[in-house]
Amino acid sequence: MGKKAIWNDPRIRDWGVQFLALLLVAGFILYVTFNVVDNLARLNVASGFGFLGHTAGFGISQTLIEYSESSTYGRAFLVSLLNTLLVAGLGIILATILGFLIGVARLSRNWLVAKLAATYIEIFRNIPLLLQILFWYIAVLSNLPGPRRSFHLADMFLNKRGLYLPAPVAEPGFLWVGAAFLLAVMACIFLRVALRRRQERTGRPARALWPMLGLLIGAPGLVFWMMGMPLHFEIPEFRGFNFTGGLRVIPELLALLLALSIYTAAFIAEIVRSGIQAVNWGQSEAALALGLKRSQSLRLVVIPQALRVIIPPLTSQYLNLTKNSSLAAALAYPELASVFAGTVLNQTGQAIEVLAITMGVYLSINLITALLMNMYNARIALVER
Amino acid sequence: MSFSRATYLPARRPPVSREGVSGWLRQNLFSSPGNTLLTLFALYIIWLTLPPLLDWALFDAVWRGEGREACLAEDAGACWAFVVAKFGQFIYGRYTITERWRVDIVFITGALLLALLLSERTPGRRFIAAFALFVYPLIAYVLLNGGMFGLEVVETSLWGGLLVTLVVAVTGMVVALPLGILLALGRRSELPALRFLSVIYIELWRGVPLITVLFMASVMLPLFLPPGVNFDKLLRVLIGVALFSSAYMAEVVRGGLQAIPRGQYEAAAALGLGYWRAHVLIILPQALRLVIPGMVNTFIGLFKDTTLVMVVGLFDLLGSVQVNFSDANWAAPQTAATGYAFAALIFWTACFAMSRYSIRVERRLNIGTRRE
Repeated sequence: MGKKAIWNDPRIRDWGVQFLALLLVAGFILYVTFNVVDNLARLNVASGFGFLGHTAGFGISQTLIEYSESSTYGRAFLVSLLNTLLVAGLGIILATILGFLIGVARLSRNWLVAKLAATYIEIFRNIPLLLQILFWYIAVLSNLPGPRRSFHLADMFLNKRGLYLPAPVAEPGFLWVGAAFLLAVMACIFLRVALRRRQERTGRPARALWPMLGLLIGAPGLVFWMMGMPLHFEIPEFRGFNFTGGLRVIPELLALLLALSIYTAAFIAEIVRSGIQAVNWGQSEAALALGLKRSQSLRLVVIPQALRVIIPPLTSQYLNLTKNSSLAAALAYPELASVFAGTVLNQTGQAIEVLAITMGVYLSINLITALLMNMYNARIALVER
Repeated sequence: MSFSRATYLPARRPPVSREGVSGWLRQNLFSSPGNTLLTLFALYIIWLTLPPLLDWALFDAVWRGEGREACLAEDAGACWAFVVAKFGQFIYGRYTITERWRVDIVFITGALLLALLLSERTPGRRFIAAFALFVYPLIAYVLLNGGMFGLEVVETSLWGGLLVTLVVAVTGMVVALPLGILLALGRRSELPALRFLSVIYIELWRGVPLITVLFMASVMLPLFLPPGVNFDKLLRVLIGVALFSSAYMAEVVRGGLQAIPRGQYEAAAALGLGYWRAHVLIILPQALRLVIPGMVNTFIGLFKDTTLVMVVGLFDLLGSVQVNFSDANWAAPQTAATGYAFAALIFWTACFAMSRYSIRVERRLNIGTRRE
């Protein structure tokens, strides 16, 4: 046997290939860095994150925390991040509710309801999200009548300037109500743990839904009544040319929320449907044969198994929704992509830093969720023997 | 004496409640009070949405007109005259009008190739696929861009409408596929450095929204290149989209690779095939077949996402529609809604057709596994 050529030795070859790949990537990064430094010097653009402390000088139409034109870019970043989280959070809640309803309707034994749900799914998931957002914003919301002729339902008003809702205003004693609620939550957790232990010890099922609900509603309610109802609603009022007071939902947020939740709900509905269908029919039959009631078999047997299938893709839909909220850049809802990666980028010209921060935020939201998801998956994974 | 019957009883008709239209209605719509309530509720929703929609889109719609006058009427529905007047722009953008035949040729050849590829019975599909993947893009590029064979150059800044939508989506896909396969192989490789690089690449792109990628492509890419070198905007966006979708494609392909049983790898190794030959000859043909539905779904997503190029100032179908709203000659209350309806119709038809195709392929693949 002849001596093996050195490039045919698999160990050396593996190392060589990896070394080469790393070298290529490192070289590419270096090349890009040199070009960037070169270009920045040529264009006379500052670098570094010092700009975050400079005065922003522009206004933002929706701010959850205090912000004015004399605030810093860093503050503007925080404001836009909060706006992103707001629209993502609200969107997730709405999309989940709508999606679950439609997913269950899709499986309804009622032919008409099932077909209606299927139509909804097929229509909304096959139309680009951006188109839907713009449709709601430009074709629907800006076509609404002005404030004088706004639509209203009870004390809620809808017109081209947005949706006006009664704003809850807390009076001094309201803090105690919150405290009572927190206490009630803690009591519920305690109760639940105690009942679990008892069930494990004695086998008596832990049923505490009603007492818990009573505790959660009753305790804060009682305190609320005792403190003399320290909460009133500020109702939007039409004065002069516009509404004052109340809670205003700007049309950008409204359009974004409508489109995001309607679009994502179509995907969630499909996930819910496939999750429920994934549970073998034999499972519910077996549960009934064991003497569980239909509601029990649903709650204890079918839903836990369906959730195992539903939750991973559901999380990725939530992440998609969060990422898709960046489409707000097309209609100037002041969130991360439009304020920070838009206005701030244009004003400072520091594209690299701004985009790195923006992408970093989305990336960390994604990675943290993925991490939590993996932990959850490991916990609920089927233990096979 | 026998108690068993020796002859068949004549078959009895099923009860009325289970037969015919009324039986079907009773079973599917009115089986219980709750069900009846649901049916009524569904009918109410249909009554609430369908007639106004039909009125708007068909009966009250304005089909003909030279300008906004026709669409200004009180209670006028969709202003289809707007779409008719602007149709050329929606399809070609500002592409030189006398040169639009070139786009038509590209569209028609593309459609023809696609039709041939999708049909099962086409002879020589492999060669057609190779032609579509390697030769067709070149022909399309020469035809669209011009500058050769006496064709006039048409700047990409003039491209627009459906043309840009298709160019971005198809190029993104064609480039993303090989890149995605390589990345998927990298992610499943036994070499830690390659695996690490692939994972970083895939998770990085998948973790950020496409919009930031487009911002990056249009603002940052010029900074990455040596001074003086510059691409045009469409090309920058194409690069961004291709890199972005290659990460998604990689995950789809990885799904297929994971579905291939170990035995296939072992058998390939036993036959003396090396890594590349084993993958090209044994593993990938099976894995890619398995993930055709996933690839189609990725393409549907990409196709819908092409609308985002509007944000960085390219005029795709949606962008062209949107830009025409500002035409004072067509300023009418229903212009915007009509434009969006038109764009939605095109996107919906394409995406729906693709999703049906993907479902059909999935069924066919399942038949194969069921027989085993």
